[in-house]
Amino acid sequence: MDVQTSQAPETVEAAPPPKAEILEICAEYGNDRHRMMDILHTVQNRYRWIAPETMEAIAEATDLSRIQVEGVASFYSFFSLKPKGRVTIRLCDDIIDRFHGLDAVVAEFERALGIKMGQTSRDGAFSLEFTPCIGMSDQAPAAMINDVVITKLTREKARDVANALRAGETPEKIAVPGFSPSSAHERANRMVNSNIRHAGEVLLGPVPQNAGLTKAVSITPTQIITTMEESGLRGCGGAGFVTGRKWRFAAGGEAERRFVICNADEGEPGTFKDRVLLTERPHLLIEGMTVAARAVGAREGIIYLRGEYEYLRPLLEEVLDERRAAGLLGTEIMGVRNFHFDIRIQLGAGAYVCGEEGALISSCEGLPGEPKTRPPFPVQRGYLGYPTVVNNVETFCHAARILDKGAKWFFDMGKEGSHGTKLFSVSGDCLNPGIYELPYGHSIWELLSIVGGEDAAAVQVGGPSGTMIGRDSFSRKLTFDDLATGGAIIIFNGSRNILEIVEYYMSFFVHESCGYCTPCRVGNVFLQKAIAKFRKGLANPEDIEYLRDLSSTIIETSRCGLGITSPNPVLTTLKSFPLIYSTMTKPTKDGIRDTFDIQAAIDGARKIAKRRSYIFDKDFSQ
Amino acid sequence: MPELRKARIATASLAGCFGCHMAILDIDERLIGLMGLVEFDRSPVNDIKKFTKRCDIGIIEGGCCNEENVHVLQDFRRNCDVLIALGQCAIMGGLPAMRNAVMHSENPLLECLEEAYISGRFIRNTTHQIPNDPALPLVLDKVYPLSEVVKIDYNIPGCAPTGDVIYSTLASLLAGKFRGFERELIKFD
Ligand SMILES: Cc1cc2nc3c(=O)[nH]c(=O)nc-3n(C[C@H](O)[C@H](O)[C@H](O)COP(=O)(O)O)c2cc1C
Ligand code: SF4
Ligand code: FES
Repeated sequence: MDVQTSQAPETVEAAPPPKAEILEICAEYGNDRHRMMDILHTVQNRYRWIAPETMEAIAEATDLSRIQVEGVASFYSFFSLKPKGRVTIRLCDDIIDRFHGLDAVVAEFERALGIKMGQTSRDGAFSLEFTPCIGMSDQAPAAMINDVVITKLTREKARDVANALRAGETPEKIAVPGFSPSSAHERANRMVNSNIRHAGEVLLGPVPQNAGLTKAVSITPTQIITTMEESGLRGCGGAGFVTGRKWRFAAGGEAERRFVICNADEGEPGTFKDRVLLTERPHLLIEGMTVAARAVGAREGIIYLRGEYEYLRPLLEEVLDERRAAGLLGTEIMGVRNFHFDIRIQLGAGAYVCGEEGALISSCEGLPGEPKTRPPFPVQRGYLGYPTVVNNVETFCHAARILDKGAKWFFDMGKEGSHGTKLFSVSGDCLNPGIYELPYGHSIWELLSIVGGEDAAAVQVGGPSGTMIGRDSFSRKLTFDDLATGGAIIIFNGSRNILEIVEYYMSFFVHESCGYCTPCRVGNVFLQKAIAKFRKGLANPEDIEYLRDLSSTIIETSRCGLGITSPNPVLTTLKSFPLIYSTMTKPTKDGIRDTFDIQAAIDGARKIAKRRSYIFDKDFSQ
Repeated sequence: MPELRKARIATASLAGCFGCHMAILDIDERLIGLMGLVEFDRSPVNDIKKFTKRCDIGIIEGGCCNEENVHVLQDFRRNCDVLIALGQCAIMGGLPAMRNAVMHSENPLLECLEEAYISGRFIRNTTHQIPNDPALPLVLDKVYPLSEVVKIDYNIPGCAPTGDVIYSTLASLLAGKFRGFERELIKFD
């Protein structure tokens, strides 16, 4: 049966959930305002929206004002202030998915469910939305259905999924078909492929259980930190700060409490290595966090898991429970007196900026995900004002291995200044997209030959916030000093439109800016518009200078790394592919702008006034 | 050496309040020296309504809110070597551009006009009509800054710009020595 699309309303009537139930949810979280994210998640999952009355009830329970609650609820894209469908389908609309058949998938979902993207069906059954990269770029196009993930979508698969959902099948059953999986790990693996293409010595090869932690309890916290410093380990989340130094700062000074937070937000489009570590090496990650806790004297830890990876939560909870039962978490870990440490999982809700450590801490505190002004740095005043170590998933995994095998073992791999191995998330136009663990220092050419992408025309290193290079720069090396990357390697062949990619990446930053700094909030909109003008062939030669000028203003005046790196798609392509821009420009005729369309500008007034223009309607005769 | 001819200047006020033109008078007594170097062509100060000759410098106050503004601006661009946007309305749209904020409506322009002439709480409009004399230029869908309609050579910031910044910009342009604004002149906080 075909459903009529034109009648689907944008919103569905729904009564607000009973107040008593909301108060009960708040009570489950101790009426603690710092647990706002969990409260809102629970409400959203159960009732599919956060009603105005609900926000009032939450405000009452947590002793906040309604507007403070709304500030949080409206910040995150996974919380909805209007009723959402019982099943919400979020299609990843990254440029990779667009290049791999997203259009057909969208058309099929729209047809089969009878609603357009951005709409909710009238019976409240389905919502369809776009969302930025959900960390499945090696198996695009991908989508979330409520809290589970489906990958490698085609028109046929989309039709089958939509039909199954309409027949009442659960998202879980669709994502994990057949007999029910025997473990959380198997469930995750059947939903999403880990695609490990090359296992290196440190992380993805054979890893003995808890060898690093055993070593850590046999030496002093100071010795742990010294080992970290000697290993040369630098953060794998993008910024590359020296891990040992970070831990030393966090351990110093007096403090009542200290925290260890794992950054598993992995929002940079094209990055999915943390997802694979969370799936395949969860014990190693928690071991690494426990080592960090001993090093800095922290008793509490948080894993900030991006909302898109909610499907991994059961797996992580299972691992945490196993470790508690085995005495590897909790009190007197491994029988050591005074070594207490436990971890909770904080689920994010669809905000890229929450990967920035200050914003991440804000989010853990139950606030909108806005970065904090630095200094003070998290190691001085972090979560709830206490010294906090924030490290990437991969960084913690490395740390556990370094303690086991020794600093020198790690230091001897890679290159000067970039020691050890790194996970690369490779996607786009190549034969074997997936995860590669390689020592630092390979050139792009070498990497391309390993992954089967030699005919690449452009490579985006480090995702949108990184660097786009062309063939003449493929001999550059993957190190912190040359091409730094949090892990994303996105490959584009010669048939891809570079300006289309740049425009998409700018729209990503426009969407994800937290809005605090005007140059980031507004400047990126202007950059995106300017690129659109180039694509239409309406740009003037001066506009190239305008792109540079505006970019440097945004970089100089933004508060956090998002704004500081957001002009990179423009700046790095201007550098690598200058001709792409210049061929699209033409000088103005007499200084009159071609981009200004007088006919479009007066059309509304013409209709309201019911007359034509004396000045601009040439055939006007009276 | 033949005496240099005086530079010709034209000015216009589009969607502005005429405040920026008044600000030109804040040049004060330096105006007398300046007038030795320039003569005015098309401008509201002398009420010349059409260009009589090509001009060296055109100065525009206000953005574009209707079709006539666009027409005048294009005429200025075609007839002036150097075109200057004077003040925030010219540079960014300014106060009139507040109507651009009405955007989440089926027909933002109609909504604005209705509120301004019919439904606004403090309106006393005995005709209950939106004015629609054929002599009135058609309103644009939104207010545009000058630089979106034509190429602008220099922007003199301020609301209104100070006499000092206007004077120093004109004086240095006329001497062929303009090298950008001094920070002190465009620092507003
Ligand atoms: C906009 C933005 C997004 C970020 N996203 C992530 C992320 O998803 N994962 C991550 O580990 N670090 C991310 N970072 C870097 C973190 O702020 C921080 O430097 C990192 O978590 C520190 O861990 P590391 O030293 O182990 O890399 C992001 C930074 C910015 C500015
Ligand atoms: S730079 Fe952008 S994302 Fe960062 S704090 Fe400012 S507005 Fe927010
Ligand atoms: S999941 Fe679609 S590009 Fe990352």
